[in-house]
Amino acid sequence: MSVTTRRTRLAAAALAAITAIGGLAACGNDDDKPAAGEKPAKLVVDTFGEFGYEELVKQYEKDTGIKVELRKTAQLAEYRPKLVRYLATGKGAADVTALEEGILNEFKPNARNWADLNPLVSDHSKEFLPWKWELGKAPDGRLLGLPTDVGSLAVCYRKDLFQAAGLPTERDQVSALWPDWKGFHDAGLKYKQGSGGKAFIDSITAVSNGVLFQGNGDLFYDKEDNIIADTSPAVKNAWDTATSMADISAKAQTWSPEWSGGFKQGTFAATFCPSWMLGIVSENSGAENKGKWDVASVPGGGGNWGGSWLAVPAQSKYPKEAAKLAEYLTNAKSQVEAFKAKGPLPTNLEALKNDAFISYTNEYFSNAPTGKIFGESVAKIQPIHLGPKHQAVKENALEPAMRAFESGQASKEKAWEQFTKDAKTQGAF
Amino acid sequence: MSLSATTAPPSPAAPPSPDVPSRRHRGRLFNRLDVKYSPYLYIAPFFLIFGAFGLYPMVRTAWMSLHDWDMIGEHTFIGLDNYTRLFADEYFWNALVNTFGIFALSTIPQLLLALFLANLLNRTFLRAKTFFRMAIFMPNVVSVAAVAIVFGMLFQREFGLFNWLLGLVGVDPVDWDGQRWSSWFAISTMVNWRWTGYNTLILLAGMQAIPKDLYEAAAIDGASPWRQFWQITLPMLKPTFTFVVILSTIGGMQLFTEPLLFANGNVLGGSQREFQTLAMYMYEMGITNLNTAGYGAAVAWAIFMIIVVVSLFNFLLVRRSAK
Repeated sequence: MSVTTRRTRLAAAALAAITAIGGLAACGNDDDKPAAGEKPAKLVVDTFGEFGYEELVKQYEKDTGIKVELRKTAQLAEYRPKLVRYLATGKGAADVTALEEGILNEFKPNARNWADLNPLVSDHSKEFLPWKWELGKAPDGRLLGLPTDVGSLAVCYRKDLFQAAGLPTERDQVSALWPDWKGFHDAGLKYKQGSGGKAFIDSITAVSNGVLFQGNGDLFYDKEDNIIADTSPAVKNAWDTATSMADISAKAQTWSPEWSGGFKQGTFAATFCPSWMLGIVSENSGAENKGKWDVASVPGGGGNWGGSWLAVPAQSKYPKEAAKLAEYLTNAKSQVEAFKAKGPLPTNLEALKNDAFISYTNEYFSNAPTGKIFGESVAKIQPIHLGPKHQAVKENALEPAMRAFESGQASKEKAWEQFTKDAKTQGAF
Repeated sequence: MSLSATTAPPSPAAPPSPDVPSRRHRGRLFNRLDVKYSPYLYIAPFFLIFGAFGLYPMVRTAWMSLHDWDMIGEHTFIGLDNYTRLFADEYFWNALVNTFGIFALSTIPQLLLALFLANLLNRTFLRAKTFFRMAIFMPNVVSVAAVAIVFGMLFQREFGLFNWLLGLVGVDPVDWDGQRWSSWFAISTMVNWRWTGYNTLILLAGMQAIPKDLYEAAAIDGASPWRQFWQITLPMLKPTFTFVVILSTIGGMQLFTEPLLFANGNVLGGSQREFQTLAMYMYEMGITNLNTAGYGAAVAWAIFMIIVVVSLFNFLLVRRSAK
């Protein structure tokens, strides 16, 4: 066997392999759009956490004859990588995709991945909270998302534990304990004393969340998206307030097993509850703690943690129908239904005025009038400019540094140093 | 079509059927093609799959690492900038130290234990051999995520079993994911639990391939079992041991799932990155941060180069020390 023939054959085999790989890659391109006006057999909706769309979707199927598949992901941390994969590979995305505030901001610089909703739906700009509506737009004016909910803040507290520690239990009296953050800290110290040294709140990062989102000016970015994390007074204020509470903290990081387990064990007596958190608190506390939780107002006025939009990925084959579905899911009636089902707080002005919403009381939380409490706090929310990588700076720079201080691994100065250094790298975009 | 030819009664006087030579020729051609090309056909599936899922991603990653690559946006060619940045990146070196620390803590005790267990299982007097061999392999069958979740619970600060046990003997609870040593220890425990049995079986197989007469001759010469182990088992086990060491090196350098789940899925690996491994750092840069995918690709290639170097080093080390 001559060397040359062997070489040719090797080359042939290699060629065959390459063609096969090429073939595999070629399978990825099937972006044949259906003819205009063709009715889709099925639309897919991607949400995370609890949006309360189950019943609404069934109604939509009945009304339109279009099947709707609801894909739910429990945690935002698992949801985001999926979305990124869909966008990076150009396939797999749902027709209607829920975008949380942090994700939306991060995706804004690459707005082309999303359909512009302006020509697809009628003008709803006057129907929603104005600042919420504005945040759904890209810098170039494209409308990326229709508002779903806001995360207006409140404090969830355990009445039974408060009582045992000698604190008031009625929600108005409890709210009166903490007109400001100092009052909150004092109440915590009193609880600690009365309960024999038990922790009052879940973690100092939960406090910092609360303070950050009260909107006392720009946070990690200024209006031109320059990183100002190390000089921003609002961030410093959140830092100082939160770190001062280390002595009443259970050091249970939000979403960790210590945290979810802590609800049942009563390792902390209070936590910060945006409206969407109510479902999570009741889930974690279980049926045996029904009626032990109640809802009071947050120190220092209103604040906003989270909240989402519904967007249509540019890769959707049925952008028009998808936009119609998003329109339906965010209309006033749907938002009230979703709120009653799982707690996401309406952003549709009409929904916020709806009687069914205002008069709604939450059975699990000692029949607290959550509709009224959260509805009133929505008015106090100050819109904040978050900037493209707000979420990354908060989760990968600010909160780790706070935890390092909270657990005693680093001094306050060292932790602050860690934060300002990491904020620069995490915030770059 | 050839039925008539084969069933026709053989008659010596009849002339040979005209289609026989062409048939034989065709058969020979097929035979030649078969001999020549079939082997390639048989090994093709591996090369195709390797090409699609091994080679192509590697080449693509190398290409990405030369770019400022936004996962869902622009890509700009920047040459080797990502690699120069890597050398000055404190968190890259931190991840490297963590990876080597956990690697040492998990591989060294693990291989010693595996050697010890394999030697025990190799004893002729042992009863229920198959049972023990199966039992020791069981942890490896369990899904790594399940292992990490269960151990994560055991190592919890508040309600964890290990802290409870420590409490029984009067030791203060340890914040396992709060310090370097404790988190490394916890993660190494998971790795050891899962992989010791696997390595034991491979070493055992190596031991069984050693001819018995060597031991008999040594025993007659009066060598103790200990001496037999050092003078016969270990030297004869050299090739197997090299294999095991290299496999462990590759696994150890790519450690990802255990530390990630130990950190509740947070890719930073502890609030001060106490146990962020190289693979986690690659994930943070390449997947979590959308706009640094190119840099993440550079980290991936750095991991690859490190594995090559460390494997070579270990290979030489094992070969020399066993001489």
